[in-house]
Amino acid sequence: MSLRKFISNKTIAALAVILTVFASTSAFAQAAGAAAETVAKPIDMGPVYKTVIFYTMAFLLLCLFIAIIGKSLKVYELTREAQDKPKGINWNTINGVLFALFLIVGLYGVYWEYTVHGKMILPEAASEHGKKIDQMFNITLIITTIVFIATHIILFVFAYIYRSTGKRKAYYYPHNNALERIWTIVPALVLTVLVLMGFLTWRSIFYKIEDPNNKPLNIEITSSQFAWAIRYPGADGIVGVKNYKLINSINALGIDFKDKNTLDDQTADEMVIPVNKPVRLILTSKDVLHSFYMPHFRIQLNTVPGMTSYFEFTPTITTEEMKVKTNDPKFAYLFLCAKICGEGHYKMQKEVRVVSQAEYEAWVKKQGTYLTDDLRKEFNLPVAAAPAAVAPADSVKKDTAAVKTNQLALKK
Amino acid sequence: MSTISLHDTHNHDSHDDHGHHKETFLTKYVFSQDHKMIAKQFLITGIIMAVIAMGLSILFRLQLAWPEKSFPILETFLGTWAEGGRIKPDFYLALVTIHGTIMVFFVLTAGLSGTFSNLLIPLQIGARDMASPFLNMLSYWFFFGACVIMMSSFFIQTGPASAGWTIYPPLSALPTAIKGSALGMTLWLISMIMFVASSLMGGINYVSTVLNMRTKGMDLWKMPLTIWAFFLTAILGVLSFPVLVAGVVLLIFDRSFGTSFYLSDIVMGTQVLPNEGGSPILWQHLFWFLGHPEVYIVIMPALGISSEVISVNSRKPIFGYHAMIYSLIGITVLSFIVWGHHMFVTGMNPLLGGVFMITTLIIAVPSAVKTFNYLATLWRGNIRFTPAMLFAIGLVSFFISGGLTGIFLGNASLDINLHDTYFVVAHFHLVMGSAAIFGMLAGVYHWYPKMFGRMMSSKLGYLHFWLTFISAYLVFFPLHFLGLDGVPRRYYAFTEFEFMQKWLTVNVFVTWAAIIGALAQVAFLWNFFYSIFKGKKAPQNPWEANTLEWTTPVEHLHGNWPGEIPTVYRWPYDYSKPGSDVDFIPQTVPFSQTMTSNMPHDFEGNTEAERIQREWEAKNPAVAEK
Repeated sequence: MSLRKFISNKTIAALAVILTVFASTSAFAQAAGAAAETVAKPIDMGPVYKTVIFYTMAFLLLCLFIAIIGKSLKVYELTREAQDKPKGINWNTINGVLFALFLIVGLYGVYWEYTVHGKMILPEAASEHGKKIDQMFNITLIITTIVFIATHIILFVFAYIYRSTGKRKAYYYPHNNALERIWTIVPALVLTVLVLMGFLTWRSIFYKIEDPNNKPLNIEITSSQFAWAIRYPGADGIVGVKNYKLINSINALGIDFKDKNTLDDQTADEMVIPVNKPVRLILTSKDVLHSFYMPHFRIQLNTVPGMTSYFEFTPTITTEEMKVKTNDPKFAYLFLCAKICGEGHYKMQKEVRVVSQAEYEAWVKKQGTYLTDDLRKEFNLPVAAAPAAVAPADSVKKDTAAVKTNQLALKK
Repeated sequence: MSTISLHDTHNHDSHDDHGHHKETFLTKYVFSQDHKMIAKQFLITGIIMAVIAMGLSILFRLQLAWPEKSFPILETFLGTWAEGGRIKPDFYLALVTIHGTIMVFFVLTAGLSGTFSNLLIPLQIGARDMASPFLNMLSYWFFFGACVIMMSSFFIQTGPASAGWTIYPPLSALPTAIKGSALGMTLWLISMIMFVASSLMGGINYVSTVLNMRTKGMDLWKMPLTIWAFFLTAILGVLSFPVLVAGVVLLIFDRSFGTSFYLSDIVMGTQVLPNEGGSPILWQHLFWFLGHPEVYIVIMPALGISSEVISVNSRKPIFGYHAMIYSLIGITVLSFIVWGHHMFVTGMNPLLGGVFMITTLIIAVPSAVKTFNYLATLWRGNIRFTPAMLFAIGLVSFFISGGLTGIFLGNASLDINLHDTYFVVAHFHLVMGSAAIFGMLAGVYHWYPKMFGRMMSSKLGYLHFWLTFISAYLVFFPLHFLGLDGVPRRYYAFTEFEFMQKWLTVNVFVTWAAIIGALAQVAFLWNFFYSIFKGKKAPQNPWEANTLEWTTPVEHLHGNWPGEIPTVYRWPYDYSKPGSDVDFIPQTVPFSQTMTSNMPHDFEGNTEAERIQREWEAKNPAVAEK
């Protein structure tokens, strides 16, 4: 050890001592003030814990501690060397053992995570297709967990067993074609099964055959910064045409009331849907990208300005049933925004209620229409409540045709 | 000599009397054209950027853990962005955006590829320098410029870009949508163009150097896996980065010149924008056409480095050398046709979703092969736990853990519910974040003696590894479960939603783990910078490795080897070969000097060599028997 190094070490040590003293005095100075007021009470360290300097000092102290350990290890090793004894500390063994320990503790940690945090995740899917997704999730989870555990056991056990002892020579084993073929083909086969399942599920979600006797309920969702607007189709079951160019302070969605289908379109503060009846979501965005995410139903689709997208699903569990299942009387379904959309991204939510058909019908009757008196004036419609037939007949045909084409191009 | 002669003669003059060649401070340390110096420049810039990006992550982790608490110190440093000691929502988004951008591009692309491709390509293939040292220098300075411009956005009033690192328009195109899309986004875009220019210059250089400047005997199938990985990474970058530039230029047009490539039918508040006919989805296609290969640009060099490190420190040849290369090639090719798996739920045609799901899950096969080959390399090895080896093993662990969750996300049906949740965050932070950074750290510990001629302290290295390894798992493992509960990423606070409240305590835990992980990096930083000046002097071949870089002198020379460039005779993985006295045989040792350990396979069908070997064995039956 050179003299210069020795001095610099001493300087560092001296500096550290000064810092420690400074840290404790500054901490005690504050503490003393508090203590002076109430001698009997234990010293209130609260304010000290809030200061940055406290943590900086604590960290420096920790560094000093580590440095001392490091130095003493070095001294120990040097003395062993000077006495011609074998190396004091075998770091290969230490690290090998640490890997083995990490494996044991890690396996327990994984078990703990699966059982504790694993219980805090979403409840069972509340939609028909969601059940398929969950089933596939579980299959994938089982396969990946087995691989995860097995490979980690192999990795860390090998690290432990084959740590260098200085006595053994490694086994020259550059390749084994049979082995390599096995571990190419087996993952390929497993993945083929997963791909096929995923592909079939994906198709069944997005390629729906419309049942004429069980037509889906159309609900239009419009996202904007940072709110959702829900539009129900009204009695005619058709969500009328809208045009972003018509958006103004009274017509927030830009609904084109020249289209007769719009006249009965209803507003809603929450999404209420009847159980076991198909629902077709019509997703649009007014400004930037958002993502319509309804986790309990395993639904997510981005809302894109200039493009309408659709998601059809059938809810299977009512809110009331879910309250029982989750044992949570406050349980509520909801949808939220999952695509970064601006500073209010974290607040975009709406409640969803799945109810019986009768409840739904009672609820939907109470919802107001989008068409207000102000809008009637703007679109030159009679202000008194008028039947839908008043709307100009010529535009109707075209618009309903437009709505009909509003379906997936690749529908099978 | 198979290298370019012009270059050679130029350097020959200066080897013997190194120093006569006039090198000023400026040409040696700043505008250096020496690949080793450029590598160090990339590395140190990368480390600085990594520390900054890590600091940003701690800031937003503080917000996530204690959304209601005030930290007055934040106001001291961040001013109005953290009024009252609480980070504002738009600044929170800026933090995650810049954290992602820096980590992905500046640290794991430039910091990783830039450092190790520059350092190792000439040294491991036996070249005096890069094909174009000048372009190489420009590459660094464009990168440096990109870093400076990116960081400068912290000093403007509207703040840095904040539309996420993927900067999806319209959010990134409209300053009215978010503050960060004003000047901050312009700077982001300029910075990114410079960055791409830098990585293209680098990439072209790497490819041409590997193809043209290998030393005598160094055919492609004798190259170390590191070189294969850097080579394929460079090809990926050269082919995919220009697409990002195309996308970025169109976005600049949309932002500044009123075009409508990505914009259509937009109303901000009640103001109807005139843009018509564009599609925000177009950006996503262009972005992810780079973005997905980018993931492999990040991970492949790390895999290459760990292949080398694991082989050297297991004292065993890498298992399945050819399979390793073919899987790298497979990953390279496939990575161009999987970008759509980032877009399953954009509303693009579901048919495409199905196709991209198939290609995505196919790419898992070569990744699995690589993993199993690593495990087979460890089997019956003689493992020396150098810090580099620890990090390489850590990489394998992260690659498995994060790779497996990719099977969930690559499945379009499962992605519906997992897309843009914390599950994704956990997935890519393990498989490309932690794994790639561990590969980079393994590389730093392993080639530090080559870079600085000194050794790092291995004990501090152990401390660094164990703290980082454990805290990385503690940070990212629980996040999977947030995702499975449907918690979306990039949420400023979990306080607005009833169902997220239960995760607040987990967030506190994760933040503490992240803080410990961040502080552990102090051990590395200290070790790194202290050892540059005060570390123990390195021997020429500290790890007893076979590759060419360890045949160069410890003191750097411009031109790498003082005399002729050594000739290569064998592959780089002859460790613990039976019949050999030492457990490593460098690539430069001809077979004629290792008659006792030669195997029939070594001669690759060279009948003359086989005949000589047979004759020798006939003469020395005792040794040959062994």
